[in-house]
This record gives sequence, structure tokens and C-alpha cells, in this order.
Amino acid sequence: MTTTKYDPRVLKAPHPVPGAPDNWKRFFTFNTDAKVIGIQYMGLSLFFLLVGGLLAMVMRGELITPPSDLVDPTVYNGLYTMHGTVMLFLFLFPILNGFNNLLIPTMIGAPDMAFPKVNAAAFWLVPVFSVVLLSSFFVPGGPASAGWWSYPPVSIQNPLGHFLNGEFLWILAVALSGISSILGALNFVTTIIRMRAPGMGFFRMPVFVWTAWAAQTLQLVGLPALTGGAIMLLFDLSFGTSFFRPEGGGDPVLYQHFFWFYSHPAVYVMVLPVFGIFSELITVYSRKPLFGYKFVAIASFIITFLGLIVWVHHMFYSGTPQWMRNIFIVTTMLIAVPTGVKVFAWLGTLWGGKIRLTTPMLFVLGGVVNFILGGVTGIMLGTAPIDIHVGNTYFVVAHFHYIIFNTIGFGIFAGIYHWFPKFTGRMYYEGLGKIHFVLTFIGATLNWLPMHWAGLYGMPRRVASYDPEFAIWNVIASIGAFMLGVASIPFILNIVSSWARGAKASANPWNAIGLEWLLPSPPPAENFEDDVPTVISEPYGYGLGKPLVKDEEYYIRRSMEA
Amino acid sequence: MTSASQDLNLNHEPGHIKHDGHNLTGFIIFLCSESIIFLAFFSGFALLKLTSPEWLPEGVEGLETKLPLINTIVLVSSSFVAYFAERYLHKENLWGFRALWLLTMAMGTYFVYGQYVEWSELPFSLSNGVFGGTFYLLTGFHGLHVITGILLMALMLFRSFRPNNYAKGDMGVTSVSLFWHFVDVIWIILYILIYVWQRHT
Repeated sequence: MTTTKYDPRVLKAPHPVPGAPDNWKRFFTFNTDAKVIGIQYMGLSLFFLLVGGLLAMVMRGELITPPSDLVDPTVYNGLYTMHGTVMLFLFLFPILNGFNNLLIPTMIGAPDMAFPKVNAAAFWLVPVFSVVLLSSFFVPGGPASAGWWSYPPVSIQNPLGHFLNGEFLWILAVALSGISSILGALNFVTTIIRMRAPGMGFFRMPVFVWTAWAAQTLQLVGLPALTGGAIMLLFDLSFGTSFFRPEGGGDPVLYQHFFWFYSHPAVYVMVLPVFGIFSELITVYSRKPLFGYKFVAIASFIITFLGLIVWVHHMFYSGTPQWMRNIFIVTTMLIAVPTGVKVFAWLGTLWGGKIRLTTPMLFVLGGVVNFILGGVTGIMLGTAPIDIHVGNTYFVVAHFHYIIFNTIGFGIFAGIYHWFPKFTGRMYYEGLGKIHFVLTFIGATLNWLPMHWAGLYGMPRRVASYDPEFAIWNVIASIGAFMLGVASIPFILNIVSSWARGAKASANPWNAIGLEWLLPSPPPAENFEDDVPTVISEPYGYGLGKPLVKDEEYYIRRSMEA
Repeated sequence: MTSASQDLNLNHEPGHIKHDGHNLTGFIIFLCSESIIFLAFFSGFALLKLTSPEWLPEGVEGLETKLPLINTIVLVSSSFVAYFAERYLHKENLWGFRALWLLTMAMGTYFVYGQYVEWSELPFSLSNGVFGGTFYLLTGFHGLHVITGILLMALMLFRSFRPNNYAKGDMGVTSVSLFWHFVDVIWIILYILIYVWQRHT
């Protein structure tokens, strides 16, 4: 730490990067400030949440009656393919990168990311590939319709005989998304390793930083495999190679290995930061230290490691021999151990805590409950016998939506509400937030809980029409889906109106412990400037009376300023 | 240091940030990630070779190994040349660095030329079954990395003539030579997989 004298003028007036406007217009420029990039990521991805949600509602509208009357089956194939792709590549990954950008530098006391320009480039690739992906709705033949996994040989049938078809644009968009994610991951990992505040050892980092680190490590290991597979698929589609074409000696199952080697860990890339958000928020809103902090932190990396060696459980019925199935059943089951550690740590933290039921906390509690449900069905699906019975039915759809929306989505909403005052400088409206939560929770439960039964009774997925005996489950599910659509109205209203006219937020409205809460709301351009505090204890010292940073005066000065 | 603080001319050096190491750390992480793409291609090659019902296209007996062997020797020795060039730079012997660096680039260029000659003489193409595809994909993707390496080295050579000797810092000679060693190791694995392994089947 340098001995620069504290100058209140410097910190009071958050100075922007020279030349960049300090108003809403900066969110539409090539800005290198991680906080601006974070909000850019979030705004764009929330827009695509609406796009993906609309696609889903068209599907649920189709499925409300057994025959295929609203859209024909070909269009339906395009709908579920694009719904999955938009939600994963344009909503979930970008919004989690938004959280990373906002939280990692502020939580570890760094002025910015290690490579600010690379960071901005990684963000601007997102609008580029979103245009590539969505333009496939307007090319002849329609969008990609081989599912978001794009298995050959379905995906490499090239009826148009020219490049500009939906599948080609899909692969191109996924490759660009891969470049963007790798650039992001490089940046986050380097920042976490090299730019921590003095005194912040690895076991003094907040759990969110640990989980983001573990998740980005997964990106770096898994994503190149998918990129390799995508390059081969692109060559098969466009240049007549035969990697995955059986008639040329190729092997379609090889693609499945490449695909799931990344796409299984991808779910941990998304869920790990959400575990981090849960851990952060549960300690704040129950006023207790995080139970088993070190175990929770290490469990993230154990999940990373196990996540990389379980991919074959997606291929139990792809001609996988029984001995190999057994290995992957065991490794899949093992993941329940570190995730169980996390769940018990949250329960242990809540136990005897002074719980405040704010909107973010409601979303966290809802998310944890749903995660336990989704985890149980995950263990069921991890065993080959059950998987062979219910694989490709709505049971699987129900399982992964319980993880992807009811856990990850809830965690994202919780995080948005929790850090909203910090990064916008305004408080959100609690009442609207609670309406949003109630609608979301009921809608999500109505939407996905009945699918378990539909699946167990044998309703296949990826079909536009079905047997009338499943009608009742589908009607309930569709009502839930439309309710989720309605739930977005109070959310949008809340974000827009409170950002424009909400009450000014103090530096630490939740009375939380952490470096980011020592900064003014919103934080100035280079976070701490020269005034980086020295960290002297573990995070989450709620009720222990231990200060987080060395200089007590510093703490008082910061809170006075706010 | 971020561009913002440079522009503000605050002239400070926050103690907690180890500036000199950022780029190298980032670059090493990048190389780890890159090696996984190659690992994917290598495992795909091995799997297809072991399981594919038809491997070599009709009329092809095997690959000629003489030219690739010369290529391998040139590329591997260029890695040593690059290492000594870097040593010269650290000893502040700029002309020694430039000479050896240029030699590395020349050897790299020779490798690319050799690859071109080999490609133009091969009797099969990209679309000749699974073998054609994997062969051209692996060698082509590696060749792309060699060309990238040569371009990066040219950039470093250009920078060494700048008054502040920028080649040492930033994404400097250390990173580029690390990249070159990486490309080398990849080639050795690739050579064993494609050219040596064929003889034993």
C-alpha cells in the first residue's frame, strides 16, 4: 500500500475514465471499466431472457392442447433449439459474466480487471454473435432445429447446399460465444490470482470469488473441447469432411463426447457462481458467519474436478458399454458430496440466525429448496437404469429446469436485487420485488413440477403433439409458463423505475461485511484508487466483532463518507 | 496499470498489484486452454483411427516420413535458437537477440514451406474420408499456430528497434518464445501420432 495522503475530493467525486461520458450513454460505448461492462452484460442478457422466454411461451402455447395446431412440428423443432441456445449462450453465460465483472474486482480490492480492453472485447462479441444467431430466423430453411446439442448426423444434413443456413449460423455463433467466454475466463482467473488486496489470502476471499474462480477454470478446461468439436462439425457441414459421417468412416458418437465434455461442466459453470451468491446472501440476511467457510470454498473446486469426469452419463443410451456406465454412475453420484457440503453449510448458517426476509433472501430460500428437489432428480437420472427409462421424457426437462431456472435463475434474481443498490446507487422497491418473487415461485412450480409426472408416465420431449392422457399436466405447465411471463412485468417495472427515481442508497444498505461495501454506491471508476485496505480476517465475521480490514479509522472514514 | 490511471497521470503504483506478471500469467492460462483444443483433436484422431472401419483412403499406403522428419528437426532446433535469443535479450545483447530471433523466424518459415510442399504432393484431399479430414485438420491447425508465432516474433523484432525496447515488457519476448516452445511440443506429439504410429499398424 502506498502512503498517498487521503484526499476526500478524489473519492467523493467518482471520476470517470477521461473522454467517457459519466451518464447512461457510457453503457453503449466501448468502455473498459469492469463495472460498466458488468452492467452492459446484465442489461443485454436480461433482454435475451425475455426473447428466450417468449420462445418458450410459444412452445407452451402449442403444448396446451394435444394436437399440433399452433405451430407445425418443423417450426417447433426450431423453437426449442433456439430457446435452449438463447437461454444458455445469450442469457445465462453473459449475465454471470456480468456478476463476475461487477463483483470480482470490487470484492478483492482490485482497480479493474487484469486486461480491461480484452474484457470489453469479450463483451462486445456478445451482441455480435447474438445477431449471427438470431439472423438465422430470416435465412431460407429457418433457424437451426437439431436441438441445442446439434447432434450429427441430423445437424450435418445440409439440404440447402450453401453456407447460409440456420445450422451454419448456429455453429458460428457458438464458436464466437466460445471465444468470448475464453477471453472472459482468462481475465477473471488472472485477476483473482494476481490482483487481490494486500492481506487477502485465498482463504480470505469471499465465497463468490471462489466459486467464480472454479467456474471459470471449468470454462478454460471444457470449452476448448467443444470448440474443437464445433470446428469438426463445421467442416463436416461445409467442406465435406467425414469426422462424424458414418459413410466416410467417421463416428457420430465422437461428437457427443466433445459436446458433453463441455456441456455437462457448463451447468457447473452456471450453478457454481449461484452457489456463491447463495453463500454471500445467506450470511448477510441471517447475520451469522458462513458455516464451514473453508469447506464451502474447497468444495467448489472439488465440483470442478468431478464435473469434468462425468460427461458420459448423458450418453448412457448411446451404445455405451455397461462397465463404462458403472464408472460414470459412481462419479456422477460423488458430485452429491461436495454439493451436499454446500447445502448443509447454508442450512447450518440459517440455523439460529436472525433471518431478514427481504426480496433477495426470499429468492435465495426459494432457490435452495428447488435446488434440493432438482438435485434429488439429478441423482435419480445419474443411474443408468432410471435414465434409460425416463431419458428423453419430460422428466429430464423437469430436472434441468429445476436446476437451470429454479436454482440458477432464482440465484440471479437474488443477486440482482442484493447488489442493485451498490452498483446503481438506488434502492429497489421492496413491494414490487416481493410480488415478483411470489409470481416467479408459483409460476415456476406450476410450470415444472407437473412435468415430472408427465415424464414418468412416458410423455416424450421434443414433440409438438402428444397423447391426450398427458393433457392435464401440460395445461398446468402452460399456466405456470404464462405466469412466469407475467412475473417479468413487476421485475422490469422495478428495475427501470427504481434506477430512475428510487431512493438514494447508502454505501452499505444491508449492513454487510465485505470490501465492496466499503466503496461508495455506485463505486468510482477505479474502485479504491490508492486507498486499498489491508484485509486482516476471514470474510463473514458477523457477530464475531472481528474487523475485516486493518485500519479501523479507514472503516469509519469510509462509512462516514457514505 | 489500467489505461484510466495512465490517462489521469496519477503516477502511482499500487503496491498490491504485481504488474510485470499479469500478462505472463494470462498467457500461460491461455496456453493451457489451447492445449485442450489440441488434446480434443488428438483424442479424436486416436479414437477414429482405432475404431473407424475404413481409415486410409483407397490407393494410399501410408504417409511419406522423410520430409516431415526434416521439418521436425528444423522446428525443434528453432525452439533452442529462440531460447538463446531470449537469453541474449536478458543480457542486454540486443544485436545477438535480433540475429537469433530472425534465425528462429527463418526456421519457422522453412517449416511452413515444408508443410506446403508436403500438402501439395499428397494424393488425397480434405474430403477423402475420415483420414483426409483428420490429417489436414491437425496439420493445418498446427500450421496456423506456427504462422501466428512467426507474426508475433516479427512484432517483437519490430519492437526491439523502438527506443524504449518495448520487446522486454508487455506481452513480450518471454510470452512469444513460450508460445513457440508450446507449438513445438504440440508438433512432436502430432508427429508421433500421425507419422510414427502409422508404421505399427
